[in-house]
Amino acid sequence: MATPIETKLKDSAAAAGLALVLSIPFIGLHTISTDQGLVVESRWSWVAWAVGLVFIGRLLLGFARDALAARAASRPKKQAKPVAAGEPTLAARLTRAFMAVALLFAVTLPFMPYSDRYIIDLGTTVLIYILLALGLNVTVGLAGLLDLGFVAFYAIGAYSFALLSKFFGLDFWVCLPLSGLIAALFGALLSLPILRLRGDYLAIVTLGFGEITRIVILNWQSLTGGPNGVSGIPRPGLFGLSFDRRPPEGMGSFHELTGIDFSGEHRLMFLYLIVLALVCLVAWVINRLRALPVGRAWEALREDEIACRSLGINPTASKVSAYAIGGMMGGFAGCFFAARQGFVSPESFGFIESALILAIVVLGGMGSQVGVVIAALFIVMLPELGREFADYRMIVFGLAMITIMVWRPGGLLSTRVPTVKLDQKGA
Amino acid sequence: MDASALGTFLQYLINGITLGAIYGLIAIGYTMVYGIIRMINFAHGEIYMIGAFVAVTTFSLLSALGIAAVPLALLLVLLVSIFFTAAYGWTVERIAYRPLRGAPKLAPLISAIGMSIFLQNYVMQTQGSRPKPLAPVMNGGINLWQGDGFTLSISYIQLFIIVLTFALMVGFTQLINRTALGRAQRACEQDRTMAGLLGINVDRTISLTFVMGAALAAVAGVLVTMYYGVIDFYIGFLAGMKAFTAAVLGGIGSLPGAMLGGLLIGLIEAFFTGYISGAYKDVASFSVLIAVLVFRPTGLLGRPDIEKV
Repeated sequence: MATPIETKLKDSAAAAGLALVLSIPFIGLHTISTDQGLVVESRWSWVAWAVGLVFIGRLLLGFARDALAARAASRPKKQAKPVAAGEPTLAARLTRAFMAVALLFAVTLPFMPYSDRYIIDLGTTVLIYILLALGLNVTVGLAGLLDLGFVAFYAIGAYSFALLSKFFGLDFWVCLPLSGLIAALFGALLSLPILRLRGDYLAIVTLGFGEITRIVILNWQSLTGGPNGVSGIPRPGLFGLSFDRRPPEGMGSFHELTGIDFSGEHRLMFLYLIVLALVCLVAWVINRLRALPVGRAWEALREDEIACRSLGINPTASKVSAYAIGGMMGGFAGCFFAARQGFVSPESFGFIESALILAIVVLGGMGSQVGVVIAALFIVMLPELGREFADYRMIVFGLAMITIMVWRPGGLLSTRVPTVKLDQKGA
Repeated sequence: MDASALGTFLQYLINGITLGAIYGLIAIGYTMVYGIIRMINFAHGEIYMIGAFVAVTTFSLLSALGIAAVPLALLLVLLVSIFFTAAYGWTVERIAYRPLRGAPKLAPLISAIGMSIFLQNYVMQTQGSRPKPLAPVMNGGINLWQGDGFTLSISYIQLFIIVLTFALMVGFTQLINRTALGRAQRACEQDRTMAGLLGINVDRTISLTFVMGAALAAVAGVLVTMYYGVIDFYIGFLAGMKAFTAAVLGGIGSLPGAMLGGLLIGLIEAFFTGYISGAYKDVASFSVLIAVLVFRPTGLLGRPDIEKV
């Protein structure tokens, strides 16, 4: 059913009028600092552009909506087919196929001829975010506990490695599990005061936890170096082989031993492969956990806490373990991040990181690992692709987040299906 | 306690109340929106920042036009800022939240974070990323007490902030308790479907809630601009977070709670900065919040959340 064009024009005119009001104080007028104080300058042509764009955009949106509605109406409604128990659904098979292809692509990426420094580096960044999102997915997606301060675990992992190597000379492979353990410990610690809290109260307390961590790191100068951060973090080696041109005392070097010509890219490739392996390991562990009693308890807790209690599931243990395990994954990611950068500072661990990681989990569709992979690609790549519009990319990024949520409120792949489900009832 | 120690204490008290008044104004926006649609409006801090920017532009414009009388200029700035900021508040709800009614709980939160990123960068691009200094609008103050080498003073601007905030809060409470709009809001808060069935325009009520929250945030923005004399596009994040903390501390969904929470956060900051350390003042606020929530999981004045099976 198409609305008459007049209504659409009126609607667009209203939108344009609103755009006019909104754009006057920000696009139309702007202040410039001069010696005599602030001076107001105007840019009315910009306002005209903004208003015109909104008018046309709104009009097109109206037509697009009509077209979509007409198509949806002409198509017969699909009946959901009952799925036989035990048989993988089409979606599940597609997921598996996608994962296999993605994994193959990821493994071969660094060896491809077109892969230069930039691509490998970008791939590493994407994988770090996937790792973080997989961790947060345990708390938010599986256990249903909101966490707005996940970056705290990332920071704790990074600083654990930085400080352990600085003060005790430990290397990456020793610190990786240690960082994970320390972060898990903090996760358990954080979960204790918030056991009784629900929903949005959790949001602010976890947000506070993230901020407290950042502020403490920023101000505890004697330990963390404050805003200057910690530098000179050792690079990870492969079984005692270094990837530097001149290996440190007592280490062999990769290029000398293998006889391959030295190239700085080898180190990047190696880092990439480490984080890829970490991601695979973490994804596999989480998948196994989902099948164990503790994973089942998380999902049950997400669905209904009261029912959990009456069935004898211990909500305290489930919540503590969810935060601890999620935190551990964050700690791994942090440790790797420190190793990759060789430098950590509090700047890298602001609230915006927490928000991005949460956005990955939610955009991906909570609880879905494939979704996390796709959303992480999107979140990391979008600002990168927009490099040419450097100044405007964050504006576009914010708009894109809103658009996707409005378009698919359940996430790109919304598979909030409990691992175990009785046949009769829908999720 | 000797006289100058008492004087210092009272000075911190005055500073804390001023700060708390501003936080309280912003916190009301969070608490009302939460009460009515159960979502955290993460972009509310940016709305306050927009109010502050409109204030700076208007102040500069007025001084260019030669309107120098302080009361008139102030009134105009407040009205202009409230108007434009309320328009932004309305639009934000319309674009980012209304399509998400009934969506999974986290969807509006992410949409709000996207809106917050958008608004921050929008203002940065259109107004520039450098801080905007503003010539002081109100000078001077009253010396309340003069002791040996110490003066306890309250500046006119502090007085103005405290009085205006108090008046707004009283007016606002009346608005919620007495008017038809307030009644509609309270009805929507209790049961949106039922309110709709009884002929309340739910969408309109929600929109007006956003408009009112934005108007109060605009006032807070104007006050902050005058109080600190410098703003930048990033102020919304920190203030938003503090105000959100205040709203939760007081019990989110409760109006008096938001005011009380704002006041408490302001006082904690002022005293902690004064007596212990400025660097850790946010740690102190959050720690108090966590401690309170451990014992009262729904905040100081929040209603206990009874879960029905």
